[in-house]
Amino acid sequence: MRVIYTDNNATTKVADEVLEEMLPYFGELYGNPSSMHTFGDKVDKKIKQARQRVADLINADPDEIVFTSCGTESDNSAVFSAINAFPEKKHIITSKVEHPAINKLYQHLQETKGYEVTFVPVNKKGLLDLDLLYDSMTDNTAIVSLMWANNETGVLFPIEEIAKKANEKGILFHTDAVQAAGKVSIDVKKTGVTMLSLSGHKIHAPKGVGVLYIKKGFKFSPYLIGGHQEKGRRGGTENTVSIIGLGKACELARENLPVMNTKVRELRDYLQTRLLEAIPGSSVNGDLDQRLPNTLSIGFDAVEGESILLMLDRDGICASSGSACTSGSLEPSHVLMAMKVPFKSAHGSIRFSLSHYNTKDEMDIIIKALVPVIQTLRDMSPFWKDGKVI
Amino acid sequence: MWDYTDKVKEHFLKPRNVGEMEDANAIGESGSLNCGDALKLFLKVNENERITDVTFMTFGCASAVASSSALTEIIKGMTLDDASKVTNDDISDYLGGLPKAKMHCSVMGQSALKKAIANYRGVQIMAKPGKLVCECFEVTDLEIIAVVKENGIKTTEIVTDYLKAGGGCGQCLDRIEEILESVNAEGKV
Repeated sequence: MRVIYTDNNATTKVADEVLEEMLPYFGELYGNPSSMHTFGDKVDKKIKQARQRVADLINADPDEIVFTSCGTESDNSAVFSAINAFPEKKHIITSKVEHPAINKLYQHLQETKGYEVTFVPVNKKGLLDLDLLYDSMTDNTAIVSLMWANNETGVLFPIEEIAKKANEKGILFHTDAVQAAGKVSIDVKKTGVTMLSLSGHKIHAPKGVGVLYIKKGFKFSPYLIGGHQEKGRRGGTENTVSIIGLGKACELARENLPVMNTKVRELRDYLQTRLLEAIPGSSVNGDLDQRLPNTLSIGFDAVEGESILLMLDRDGICASSGSACTSGSLEPSHVLMAMKVPFKSAHGSIRFSLSHYNTKDEMDIIIKALVPVIQTLRDMSPFWKDGKVI
Repeated sequence: MWDYTDKVKEHFLKPRNVGEMEDANAIGESGSLNCGDALKLFLKVNENERITDVTFMTFGCASAVASSSALTEIIKGMTLDDASKVTNDDISDYLGGLPKAKMHCSVMGQSALKKAIANYRGVQIMAKPGKLVCECFEVTDLEIIAVVKENGIKTTEIVTDYLKAGGGCGQCLDRIEEILESVNAEGKV
């Protein structure tokens, strides 16, 4: 069966060019980049190239790039390093809509280490309450960590403005840019963040590799203590193959950024418009403008997300939901709840996240498949009658 | 993806007895739009108290739909006395089992059935007996005690799997733990 993959905020296809770049390093070029011999040095040179390519994507210096195992490790390393750097400061700030890599970590620090945490709320469009954010920044704040783009809704936070404010107040600022990379332009020099997280598998590199950008001058303390790799900032032999793949993926992401903001945006807008037209009782979650070009979170009244996904799955359509039933928890996603999306549509919210591999044909297939799926489920729903919620 | 049996998938994709019944003489409802699943059960009961027809309408995930469908197949043709003995385990067994975190879907079936039978018999279902423990999902202490006893539950997580209680804001988890301890302590005496 043909697979239509519109779950690119979950993970992405490894690009053919990326795979090709990696293959020799799975095989004959297995050397350790730390070795003294030429054989190992061949790999070391390739890692240097990868580091440069990653740096180029975000306008960093190669020395500011630390390879990690994933976005979660990058986020955790950043936060732990910040609280190690300022042991006397016992207050940390984030938002209510972060990825668990930050959200759960902050909860952990609150519950087990006595940190005072400000979870800054968002409005109905998913936009951050900036006044509250700025008011909560104090001399006691060790770190502000905010995502650049939300994984569920695609809503963008004004990272440049926030970083500026944090810098003025002398507070360390970290951003989880895992969803933003390759979709919006990132310039760490212009933005002025101290640390920034990336993940390989969201930008057509393999799983199991991430990046932490660390601004020159910040006294970073390693999370994984071990060898001298990554200039002592992250112990452990490099995941050479994946790092090489990530380098290539970053090069491609830079080239494809215009495509993301033209072709992919047009496809997303087409899907959004057609679904809103074809399905009554549907609504978009999140601000329409301050949003990633590839993401559509759309809620359908009086039906439940898992049911929608499983019916779409029969047609090979891959999407995801903010519904409770797919995540193992019972409440709809913390992101939709923080936005106060009404229960009637929160439970039936589906996320389509596109990549440049998607086509208009695929959008048409999704629209054609989804209309009867919603109809079937509404015919069965006790809360839907005569074209509206009862 | 949830680990559903083929039977759950089959009943989800081809649910039996779906729809509103115009001439039903007993209706039972369980769940709500807010909790993420709800079932409305319609029965036609003849003068011998036998269920001659049954339909349902369900809002919820695949296992909620499948549990509702299974329930209708189980009780069709039964007398109300027999139907009142149907438990959530019967529904789950009929489907070859449900994932642990989805047991509440079968409980929802049992609950709607009880209400439909009470509705037919003209028994007024009062506000739930007992004290409210979980405010998010409106679960009382008596409901928790019953499910803990019936299923030999030892942990709060399993209580949540069965009743959803404690699965929302989590504020009542300590209270559920207390109930668990007291019920299980009783059992040992």
